[in-house]
Amino acid sequence: MMHEKPILIREDGLRHDGRKPEDLRPIKMRVGVLKNADGSALVEFGKTKVIAAVYGPREAKPRHVALPDRALIRCRYHMAPFSTDDRKSPAPSRREIELSKVIREALEAAVFTELYPRTTIDVFIEVLQADGGTRTTGLTAASLALADAGIPMRDLVAAVAVGKVDGVLVLDIDQLEDEYGEADMPVGIMPNLGEIVLLQLNGVLTPDEFRKALDLAYRGLKEVYRLQKEALYRKYYSGY
Amino acid sequence: MSLTPYEFSTVPRLRKLQVINSLRKGARIDGRGFEDYRKITIELGTIPKAAGSALVRIGDTTVLVGVKTEIGEPYRDRPLEGVLQVHAEFVPLASPTFEPGPPDENAIETARVIDRSLREPRAIKLEELTIVPGRKVWIVFNDIYLLDHNGNIVDTSMLATMAALRTARLPRVVSVEGDTVIIDKSTREKPLPVQLSVVIVSVAKINGYLLVDPNIDEESVLDAKLMIGVDEKGRIVGMQKTGQRSFTRSEVDQAIELALKKAGELHTFLNQALAGR
Repeated sequence: MMHEKPILIREDGLRHDGRKPEDLRPIKMRVGVLKNADGSALVEFGKTKVIAAVYGPREAKPRHVALPDRALIRCRYHMAPFSTDDRKSPAPSRREIELSKVIREALEAAVFTELYPRTTIDVFIEVLQADGGTRTTGLTAASLALADAGIPMRDLVAAVAVGKVDGVLVLDIDQLEDEYGEADMPVGIMPNLGEIVLLQLNGVLTPDEFRKALDLAYRGLKEVYRLQKEALYRKYYSGY
Repeated sequence: MSLTPYEFSTVPRLRKLQVINSLRKGARIDGRGFEDYRKITIELGTIPKAAGSALVRIGDTTVLVGVKTEIGEPYRDRPLEGVLQVHAEFVPLASPTFEPGPPDENAIETARVIDRSLREPRAIKLEELTIVPGRKVWIVFNDIYLLDHNGNIVDTSMLATMAALRTARLPRVVSVEGDTVIIDKSTREKPLPVQLSVVIVSVAKINGYLLVDPNIDEESVLDAKLMIGVDEKGRIVGMQKTGQRSFTRSEVDQAIELALKKAGELHTFLNQALAGR
């Protein structure tokens, strides 16, 4: 049944979980968490927990999908049945089909697919626990998994969702803020190049609010990018 | 699973040179300016059996939308609201690349982008679609039927959706006893409570050039596309980036500026079409 809208911005200006509007949740990243996959990563933003694995470049199956001039990327974003409050049916929902597409397109912009013609690069994203920002956490993890697989990229992809809650623009919204807020804007960028590879807006913003929201995302993604590089150093740089 | 599209991977490379050479000269392959839509036509009431319907053409892209209504139960987390469902079918007669079968990721994305652009700004007052609170409500199905695909499906579908919804009428409720609702299906009385108009403007990026309303040749070679939903108050009510490449920040700013300008024109055009009925 319908719940009453909780207070999202407290009187002291902090959010329901005590964060400031421009704060990220506590973030954890680990690279190379699976043995079989060519590359893998586990990323957590607060209670949101997503694992990503990359297989490839490998032979395209079925053969007719192979591209003569570059690798084909196959991507699946999927939520585990136990990841949500009510059990989620494991069959792919319309939402998961759409998100698989926007995440694939975001990764295509980063990967040098032209280096591996006639192959596929498979990216599998499993949401283990969902508490808001699963697509952005998944994209962040997928780009780490690609790097872990040694696949050349223009840049890593770092992603986060900005929201508008109780009229305030806030960084890295969680499920409660997504559910009761006025806007949810997932943003994925290649931080070093400054280019946008994923952008969605679910909600209402004035053009001015949009620009401020994008600024907020860019500032937060600097930190996400730093943590991504740190996670890669931890695995690959013995002097770290 | 989402795959890189693999049909027609070689032809567009040749076409791309043609499209880009044309853009360098300041014109598009069909002679339009960068900020020009193709010719738009709106026909209302195409399907009298539907509660509302519209056939919209942008250039040769043709979309038919039919709205149907029925009595049903509300969503459990929204007991005091009617239900809106948006579906899109890319039927095989619309393009040589379409196959029969359940909606693919492109059809699903189109439907969901349009759904969100209506839902988020509360374009339809769903609370006015309640008949028995918590138990019986109007379910509104907005079915998007793509008949001819020649580029820019989303802008066309949104215009057709808006025209169909704004002309849709609900049948008369004859009686309500407990959970039993009797309606007279032969009637069309109360207009659907649409309180806000929304249009979507798609801005394509091809080799650094930004242009609106890409035709199918431009779509086959574009780097990225930003679909921007704009309501009649000039607010951004939805956005979705697609395509296999990226946007710079200044390109996104320019795309939004362009979309706000073109959205005003689309709203005016839609209002004129609806006023003339």
